[in-house]
Amino acid sequence: MGSERQISGLFTRDTQRDRVVPPTGFTATLTLFTSAVMGFLVVFALALSLASSRLADHWSDALARSATLKISAPAEQLEQQVEKALAILNTTPGIEQATVLNLNDQRRLLEPWFGADVPIELLALPALIDIREEKKGFDSENLRLRLVADVPGAVLDDHTRWRRPLVVAAERLSALGLFSILLMTGASAAMITLAARAAMSANAQVISVLRLIGAKDAYIAAAFVRRFSLRAFSGAAIGSLCGAVVFFFLTGEQDDLSILTGIGFQGLEWLWLFLIPPVFGGVALLATQRAAQKVLGMLS
Amino acid sequence: MYPYLFIIVQGKELNRKGKFNFNHIPDCNSPRGQAQKGKRNETHCARHTLIEFDAASYSYTGGELLSEMSLTITPGAFYFITGPSGSGKTTFLKMCYGALLPNSGGLQIFGRDVRELTRDDIALIRRNIGVIHQDCQFLDHLSVTENIALPLSVSGQDRLSDNLNLKELLTWVGLKGRASALPPELSGGERQRAALARAVINSPELILADEPTGNVDWDMSQRLLQLLIELNKMGKTVLLASHDLSLIRLAKSQVQARVLRIANKRIQLAGADL
Repeated sequence: MGSERQISGLFTRDTQRDRVVPPTGFTATLTLFTSAVMGFLVVFALALSLASSRLADHWSDALARSATLKISAPAEQLEQQVEKALAILNTTPGIEQATVLNLNDQRRLLEPWFGADVPIELLALPALIDIREEKKGFDSENLRLRLVADVPGAVLDDHTRWRRPLVVAAERLSALGLFSILLMTGASAAMITLAARAAMSANAQVISVLRLIGAKDAYIAAAFVRRFSLRAFSGAAIGSLCGAVVFFFLTGEQDDLSILTGIGFQGLEWLWLFLIPPVFGGVALLATQRAAQKVLGMLS
Repeated sequence: MYPYLFIIVQGKELNRKGKFNFNHIPDCNSPRGQAQKGKRNETHCARHTLIEFDAASYSYTGGELLSEMSLTITPGAFYFITGPSGSGKTTFLKMCYGALLPNSGGLQIFGRDVRELTRDDIALIRRNIGVIHQDCQFLDHLSVTENIALPLSVSGQDRLSDNLNLKELLTWVGLKGRASALPPELSGGERQRAALARAVINSPELILADEPTGNVDWDMSQRLLQLLIELNKMGKTVLLASHDLSLIRLAKSQVQARVLRIANKRIQLAGADL
């Protein structure tokens, strides 16, 4: 009940109460600056986390739905084994489509490593079949067993081996981003606590006068809590706005480039930025309330 | 005694003659008080003591300052607290508003044991006690008006800055022309009068004044004393700490004042020797 009143008091302007604490002081600048910087950094951490999360989802989703069958066999048996493999693949539940890569496809794959002029027709390359899975996927172990029996030169690569570490890395990066946000929020809370305690200690005389005329702890605390919460809110709003502007232009100019430009916000993800100022305001509220309780206890 | 026609403005009573009226809670002996006595169980009328010391002692790190005080402050009385410098007058007054607790013995303020009070309880009690310090204790960044109105904000009442009540109060203490001044811009006498206005704006039952005339000349001392006497005549209990014997003599000629002398760690009722 009391805390509800305090929270509602936070949004209710009481000119007299707001003015009981002298308006100036280094703590005001410190809180505003810290919140702005942290708000700005949180935007980056959030962008990193969201981008990593998107990447992990993309890799999990896209790569999980594709597999490659490599058939290595003497040239005279290769075509026959490919046909057998296709027959098996086409009758395997969960496989949407199986396509044999032609020479042009293979050239494109090798181009980054060997250049465009490689005489691919002269190379003894294995046949490659690109497999597209249905959403439910297929039983890779069962498929392997069937292939071993009929297509001895076939090797099924469902990308699991190299996909999993990538996905794990992306997920870790995403978690690291979130952890960074927690650290920044915690650091902000610590800084605001220090600033609030310093402000209250510097205003011990004000507190003494307020107590003399019958002010309850809640009234005194509210004068500081409201001020610090609003400063933290404003600082975080400025910081996150700056961060948003930076990302808007960063991704706007280079949106066709690769993974690095994926660090940013897409669509509704921009809405996350609106949460930063209230979260910082809330953290400041809790931090200042706690600091106020301690300082008022010490000053009694 | 005060045959004014009362009007109610935001819970405060004003009389038609434009004087500030502090007598929200009627005197126990007045017909109005008697009439209300039956309606309210928890009024000051039902209480016969405001503050009660029961063998209360106070010690600080340097030793015992006040020893085994037994004293009852009754409603409507005017007390002078006198004694040499350092005798414990300020300490005694601080105990009266719960800023200091006795180390031993009992102390009840408005019928409640101070040791059982939380900080918020003490805050509530202080809303019924007006305190005037020698150094006044203002918030220097607020104007005189805002400082005086501060107890209203603290007690959750509407601000009265635009209200007649506050203006009349400023007139009463002679600070009408200094309403927007900051405390550091005031003279010693003006500060004391502003402190008095702040102390009485909530219409407290008890007014504690700690050497309010210490930093002002004799004329201003007399003026302040007159204001306190006027309050006492309105039914307020006044405790005034002062070592100025001429001021005490002047007061005794106008009001039935009791003089409490603090000497040798003890408090005693002074006799006619003053």
